[in-house]
Amino acid sequence: MAKVLMKGNEAMALAAIKGGCDAFFGYPITPQNELPEYLSYHMEQYGRVFVQAESEVAAINMVYGAAGSGARVLTSSSSPGIALKQEGISYMVGSELPGVIINVMRGGPGLGGIQPSQADYNQITRTGGNGDMKVLSFAPENLQETVNIVKESFALADYYRNPVMIAVDGLLGQMMEPVDMDQPVETREVPPKDWAATGEAAKRGKRNTIVSLHLDPYKLEEHNLNLQAKYTKMIENEQRYELINMDSEPEIVLVAYGSMARIARSAIDALKDEGIEVGMIRPISLFPYPQKAFDALSEKTKTLLTLEMSLGQMLQDVRLASNGKHRIEFFGRTGGVVPETDEIVSKVKAIMKEAV
Amino acid sequence: MNTKTIYQPNTGLTDRDFTYCPGCTHGIIHKLIGEVLVEKGLIDQAIGVASVGCSVLSYEFFNCDMQQAAHGRAPAVATGIKRVRPESAVFTYQGDGDLASIGLAEVVHAAHRGENMTVIFVNNAIYGMTGGQMAPTTLIDQKTTTSPIGRKKVGAGEPIRVSEMLAAVPGATYLERVSVHDPKHIRKAKKAIEKAFDVQMSKQGFSMIEFISTCPINWGMNPNDSLNWAVENMIPYYPLGVYKDATKEGGDE
Repeated sequence: MAKVLMKGNEAMALAAIKGGCDAFFGYPITPQNELPEYLSYHMEQYGRVFVQAESEVAAINMVYGAAGSGARVLTSSSSPGIALKQEGISYMVGSELPGVIINVMRGGPGLGGIQPSQADYNQITRTGGNGDMKVLSFAPENLQETVNIVKESFALADYYRNPVMIAVDGLLGQMMEPVDMDQPVETREVPPKDWAATGEAAKRGKRNTIVSLHLDPYKLEEHNLNLQAKYTKMIENEQRYELINMDSEPEIVLVAYGSMARIARSAIDALKDEGIEVGMIRPISLFPYPQKAFDALSEKTKTLLTLEMSLGQMLQDVRLASNGKHRIEFFGRTGGVVPETDEIVSKVKAIMKEAV
Repeated sequence: MNTKTIYQPNTGLTDRDFTYCPGCTHGIIHKLIGEVLVEKGLIDQAIGVASVGCSVLSYEFFNCDMQQAAHGRAPAVATGIKRVRPESAVFTYQGDGDLASIGLAEVVHAAHRGENMTVIFVNNAIYGMTGGQMAPTTLIDQKTTTSPIGRKKVGAGEPIRVSEMLAAVPGATYLERVSVHDPKHIRKAKKAIEKAFDVQMSKQGFSMIEFISTCPINWGMNPNDSLNWAVENMIPYYPLGVYKDATKEGGDE
C-alpha cells in the first residue's frame, strides 16, 4: 500500500489497531499524548475498548485485568509514568500475562523534562519492577520499523505470555515520516488462551485463576525457573540488530539504538566523506541484548564506541557483550539534549588520535 | 421414607478449607456471595478479583474464574475485565486497608466512571493479614499495633466512612452497608448482595456492599465479644443502611 505521512505517536496508535489490539488503557503524559488521543476516537470506530484511567497505576492494572481475561491489550506512557506502571508489569510477568507497553521516553530522574531521552534503558532492561522479571523490549529507529514492531508485538506477547515493551524516545513520537501501515510482519502461532479467566468456567469444564502469589518458596522458585527458561528462549530467538557499514571490518564500531542510531548514521557518512570507515551495531532488541552481533565482530575491530542519549546505561551491556575483547569508549548526552553529528565525528577522531 | 432437602453444600465455593482465623466473618460473607452467584445462575459467568490482605486467597475459595490483584487495584483490574467481558458478572472482594487506604483512588474512580461491577468491601477496622496495624477505618481510641495508645484524631485523622463518601460520587448506582453479626442481619446482607448483582446484570452501573466485619485475633477478643464489639462500637460510627439507590426502582437520581 502507499505510504502515508504520519506523526510517530499516531502511527503507533494505528499500528496497534492493525495489530489486533482489543483494548487500550492509559493516562496522559507528554510526549506520548497523540497516541491515546488518536485511539480515543478510533478504537470506538472499530468496536474496541478505550479507557482513560485515573492514573498510570490504574491503567496498567486495567491492562492486567483485560489481559487476564484473554484480550490483546495496550498501554502507553512516558518514563515517569512507566516507573509507576512497574508494579502492574511485575504482576503481569508473574502471572504470565501478555500485553504491550509503549514507552515514549523523556528525560529524568524525577519529573525530569519532556525532551527526548534514552535514560530508561536500565528501567527497561534490568528489572523495572520487583522480582526476577524480564520484559521483551524493542527500540526501533524510524517510524516504519516502529509500526511493524507494534503490529507484531501483540502476537509476540501472546506467544511468550509476557509483556512486550516498545521504547522510542520523544523524537520518534513527535516526528513525522512516511510509513506503509500495511507492510506484512512476522506472525506467530499462538495457542488458544485456555488459561484466561474469561468467566466461562462451566463451558471450559474447569475454573481458571490468574495469580502471581506462590506462598511455598519451593513452588515460587520453580515458577521463577520456568520464567527464566522463557527468558532464555527469548535470548535464543529474539535478538534483533542491524549492522551498518561493517563490510570493511572497521577498527572502530559504534553501538547505538533508536534516535541515537539515526544521528550515528549521519556521523558514519560524514566520516566516510573524509575517508574514515567506522561501522555500527544497532541493537533493535534491548532485552534480549544482541550478543550475537558482538560475537560475530571481526578480529580487526578494536574499539567499541557506545553512544547514548543517557549517561552510560547501555554501556554496561556493551562491556558484557564485548567481554573484555575491545577497548570500550563512551559518548552520551542526556536530559533531553539531542547530540549533533559533529559531536560524534569529533569523538571518533579523538579516539583515533589516542590510539596512534 | 420421605426425605426433604433442608440444606445443600454451597457450590458457589470450592472444597478448599478456609485460611481465615476462627470467628472471623469472612467465611459468612464468602458463603453469601457463593450462594447468590449460584442462585442467580451467575457462577458460570462470574469473574472475581481477589485483593491483598486476609482475603488474598479468596481466588482459592470462590468457585468461578478469579484474578488476583495488586494491593488496592482490584477495581482497576475489574474495570479491565468488565470492559472486555461485558457479559460476565464481575466482582471485587476487598478489605478496608486495601480499599479505603492504598486503593481509594481506584474505587472512587471505578464508581465515578459508573463501571458496571460489584465491589464487596469488608470493613473490620484493622489490617488483619499484616498483624493488626491501624487502618483508615480504625475507630478513635481503638488500639492497634501502630496506634498502641489508641487512634488519635490529631495525626491519624478520623476513620473514613467509605459508603457515605461514595454516595457523593455521581457515577455510583447502589451502595449499602450491612452486617453479619446475627441471622437477621445475615439474611439482610444476602439480599443486599442480590441487589448489587441485579444492578450489575441489568447494566445499571456501579454497586458496592460494605460489610461490618470482625477481627478477633487482632482485636484481642473471642469471636462472640468481637461481634458484640462491632455492634456496640462500629455500627454507631458506620450506620447500616442503603446509602444510595439510583436504580430505576430506587430513584435517588
